Amino acid sequence: MQRAFSSFVRGGNSALPGYKLSLAATLLWTGFFIILPLIALTLRPWQDGIGAVVNELHDTRMFAALWTSFSSAALAALFNIPLGMLLAWALVRGNLPGSGLANALVDLPLALPTAVSGITLATLYGPQGWLGAPLAKLGIVVAYSKPGIVIALMFVGLPFVVRTVEPVLKNLPRDLEEAAALLGARPWQIITRVVIAPLVPALITGFGLAFARGVGEYGSVIFIAGNQPFHSEIAPLLVVVRLQEFDYSGATAIALILLLTSLLALALVGLARRKFSVWGDGA
Amino acid sequence: MKKYLLWAITWGLIGIVLLMPPAVVVVEALKNGLGPALETLKDPDGIAAIWLTLEVSLVSISVNTIFGVLAAWLLTKYRFPGRSALLVLVELPLSISPVVSGLVWLLLFGAQGWWGPSLEAAGIHIAFAVPGIMLATLFVTLPYVVRTLVPLMEQQGCDAEEAAMLAGANFWQILWHVTLPGARVALFSGILLTTARAMGEFGAVSVVSGHIPGLTETMPLHIESLYNGYQTVAAFTMATLLAAMAMSAVLLRSAPEWIARRRGAQA
Amino acid sequence: MSVTVQKLVRTAPGSDRQLLKSVSLDVPTGHFVALVGPSGAGKTTLLRAIAGLDVCDSGTLLLDGQKVETMQDRARKIGFVFQNYALFPHMTVARNISFGLDVQPRGSRLSRQDRAARVQELLDLMQLPDMGAAYPARLSGGQRQRVALARALASGPGVLLLDEPFGALDPIVRRTIRSWLRSLHDRLGLTTILVTHDQEEALEVADRIVVMQQGLIVQDAAPDILDQSPETAFVMEFMGEAITFRGTLNNGQFVPDEGGVLPFPVAAHLESGPIDAMIRPFEIGIVSAGNAEKMLSPVSVVSHGARNGYRHYLARLTDRTISVSAPDWGNDSINFAEAGVLDISRARLFKNGLRVV
Repeated sequence: MQRAFSSFVRGGNSALPGYKLSLAATLLWTGFFIILPLIALTLRPWQDGIGAVVNELHDTRMFAALWTSFSSAALAALFNIPLGMLLAWALVRGNLPGSGLANALVDLPLALPTAVSGITLATLYGPQGWLGAPLAKLGIVVAYSKPGIVIALMFVGLPFVVRTVEPVLKNLPRDLEEAAALLGARPWQIITRVVIAPLVPALITGFGLAFARGVGEYGSVIFIAGNQPFHSEIAPLLVVVRLQEFDYSGATAIALILLLTSLLALALVGLARRKFSVWGDGA
Repeated sequence: MKKYLLWAITWGLIGIVLLMPPAVVVVEALKNGLGPALETLKDPDGIAAIWLTLEVSLVSISVNTIFGVLAAWLLTKYRFPGRSALLVLVELPLSISPVVSGLVWLLLFGAQGWWGPSLEAAGIHIAFAVPGIMLATLFVTLPYVVRTLVPLMEQQGCDAEEAAMLAGANFWQILWHVTLPGARVALFSGILLTTARAMGEFGAVSVVSGHIPGLTETMPLHIESLYNGYQTVAAFTMATLLAAMAMSAVLLRSAPEWIARRRGAQA
Repeated sequence: MSVTVQKLVRTAPGSDRQLLKSVSLDVPTGHFVALVGPSGAGKTTLLRAIAGLDVCDSGTLLLDGQKVETMQDRARKIGFVFQNYALFPHMTVARNISFGLDVQPRGSRLSRQDRAARVQELLDLMQLPDMGAAYPARLSGGQRQRVALARALASGPGVLLLDEPFGALDPIVRRTIRSWLRSLHDRLGLTTILVTHDQEEALEVADRIVVMQQGLIVQDAAPDILDQSPETAFVMEFMGEAITFRGTLNNGQFVPDEGGVLPFPVAAHLESGPIDAMIRPFEIGIVSAGNAEKMLSPVSVVSHGARNGYRHYLARLTDRTISVSAPDWGNDSINFAEAGVLDISRARLFKNGLRVV
C-alpha cells in the first residue's frame, strides 16, 4: 500500500520530467469535468429523501420510456448486424465500384450533427417525405411512431457495426475460404463456418457499441419520434421533460439508469472480447 | 452476374440509408432557390448562433487540447498505480447520453443545484447561460484528443524522450520538440474530431441552454427552433451550413495522408 | 570521468522481484567496460540506472567522486546510445546531433555558427561528412548507429553508455564499427560502459568485463583473467563452450565418473567428495589408446574437419558425444575412427557451482 502510494507520487520508475505537472493537470481536468459531475449524478436522487426514490420506482411513465429506449436500441442494433456485415463485406471483398465514396459515407452518421440528422430523417420519413410517402401508400407509418425511433437509431448506430467488423474481415486470410473449399465445404458452409464464425466477437462488439449509443441518443430521435408519453417517448427526452418540471430527482434517476445501462453494455462487450481473445487479434 | 446484383443491392442500401439524408438537407434548403436560402442566413439570431457555436468550439478545442496533451503524456510515459482507472475515466463521456452530459451541470450549477443559488446570488450565471453551454460542450468533447493521442504515443515508446532528457532538454522542450512533432498527425485528427463534435453537440447543450434566441442558442439549437417554428428553409439552410462545417472538419483529418501521398508521388 | 555505483537496488514495478540486488561497480576514467550476461540479468537495468532513466529504490552514483542525484547533475556528462538508436525521425541528422546544444538555456547556449561547426566536426568524426541534411529514415543501420553516437557525444560527455549498440547490424558492419568504436574511445579519452549479450564482442572490445546474473555481478575482471579463471560454473559456461565431467575427489586425485577419461592429480588440499571438472573443448587432450592404462575403456574419436585453425573431433563417451578440438598444425596427429582416452588435466574444478581450483 505504502509502496503503491510512493510509486503514485513519483510516477513509477520513470525519470522523465513533467510527471507531477501532468498528473496535477489531469487530476484537475478529470476531477472537475468527470468525477465531480458523476458524484453529483450519483448523490442527487437521494437528496430529497428515500421517499422520492421510492416514488420514482412507481413512475410507470419512466418505465415505459426506458422500455421504448432499450427495445428500440436493441432492435436497431440487431437490424444493423446484417446491414453492417453486408457493407463491411462490400468494402473489404466486394471490389465495389466507388468504394472510396462508400467508405467515406459509412462515417457520415457520426460526422453529421445529431440535430441535422434528426430533422432530416423526420423529413425523409415524414408523410410527405421521399421515403415516407411511398411507405405510407403501403400502409407503413414510420415517422412519429416507434418504427421511426428504430430507423433513427439504425442510422446513428450503423458505423459502429461496419467499423468493428471491417478490420476483422480485412485480417481474415482469403486462403481460409480456399482451404475450406479444398477440404470439401459447400459454399454456405464456408460462409457460416469460416467467414461468419470468426466475425462473432466483432459482431458482439458492434452490437454493444451501437446499443450503448442508441440508449442515450437524443438529437437524431426526438424529431422523428412523436414523443407521446407511454408510446413513443424515449428516456432521454423524459429527462428533459422532468427537468422542465423542475423534478431534478426524477430526471437524475432516469439519467443514472441510462448511464448504468450503457456502462453495463460496454462492460459486457469487454468481457466478450476477453473471452474470444484466445483467437488472437480479433475484434 | 451475381457480382453486379450484389453491387446494385449494396449501392441501393447505401443510397437509401446514407446518401439520401444529406441530399434531403440540401434539397430542402434550396426548395425555393438559392436566393431565399441565403436570405435566411441574414437573420441576426442566426448570425448570433453561428458566432456562439464558433466561440464554444474554440474554447473546447483550446482547453481539451492543452489538458488532453498533458493527460496523454501522463498516461503513456509513466506506469503508476491508478493509470488504468484514469484511462477509463477520460473515455467515459463517450458512453454517456448527451442529455445526461447536460443534466450534470444543472445538478451543480442550476437553480436547484448544489452551488447554483449561491453563485446566482453573487451574480455569476452558469446554467441557462453561455458558461453552462461551454461546460456541457467541454464535457462531451473531453475524450477526443486524449484517445487519439494515447495509442500512438504508447506505440512510440519513451526512447526519444529519454534521449532528449539526457541531452539536457526540459519537459516543455521534450514535449514541444520531440513528442508532439512525432504525434502531430494524431493530434491534428483529435483536434478536428473535437471541433466537429463541439459544433454539432445538441442534447447536452439543449439541456443547459435555456433556448434564448440570439443569446444562448448555438447553431443546432437554432435549427431546432426554426424547424419547430415551421421555418423549414431557414432550418435546413442552417443545417446545411452546420453539416458542411462539421463534415469538413472530419474530412480534413485525411489531409496529412493526401499531402504525404502527393509528396510521395512527386519524389 | 570515473563512474562509481554503490549498492544499487531496483525492484520491479508492482512486485517484490529485485532487478538489481545491491550492485556496486567502479569504473575508473578511460576504462572500457562491457556488461554481459543472459537476458534478464539486469545489464540494461544497471545501464539505465547509471544514466538516470529509471528511479532506483536505493544506492548512490558518483561521477568523478561527486554524488549525482538529479538529471541536471547528469545532463551533458553522460552520453547514451539506445538499442534502436531513438533518433528523432522528424529532424535532420544535423538537427538530431545538435539537439543537446540547441536546448541549452539562452545564457549557456553556443552561437549558431559554433553549433553548426560542432555538428560538422562530429559528422566528420563519424565519417558521415555529407549526411547533415538527410532524415534518419534515409540512413542505413550503420549510419544511424553513428548518428546516434554523434548525438550522444555532441555536448562532450565524459561517460558514454551504449545499450546493445550492435544488435541490429549485420555481422560485417558489426565487426568494423566495433573496432572503430574502440579507437574512438581511445582517441576521445572517454569512459565507456557497453551492454551486450555477446561475450565474443565483449572480449574483443573491452578492457574489463562485468558478468551479471539475476541482478548480481558474478565476476568483474579483465578479459584474459575471466577467460583463464572464471569464478563460477556459470561464468565458465557463459564465456564459451564448456564441457562438464562429473567425478569424485579422492586423495588428491580427480576420478571421473565416465569411462575413457583419465584421472588427474589435484595440487590443492581439498576435502574428498563429489566435484565437477569443467574444460573447454580445445583444452582436452586425446591420448592414443595404446599408451593409456589398460583398465580404462577407450572411446572412439571421429574427425569432424578443420575450421578457424582448429581441428575438430567428436568423442563418443558412454552416454554422450562431446566435441574436442586441437590447434591444426597441418599434420593430423590422431587417426580417424580410432580409439583413445581423454586427458582433461587442464580442467577447472567447481563445487556447487563455485570454483575451487
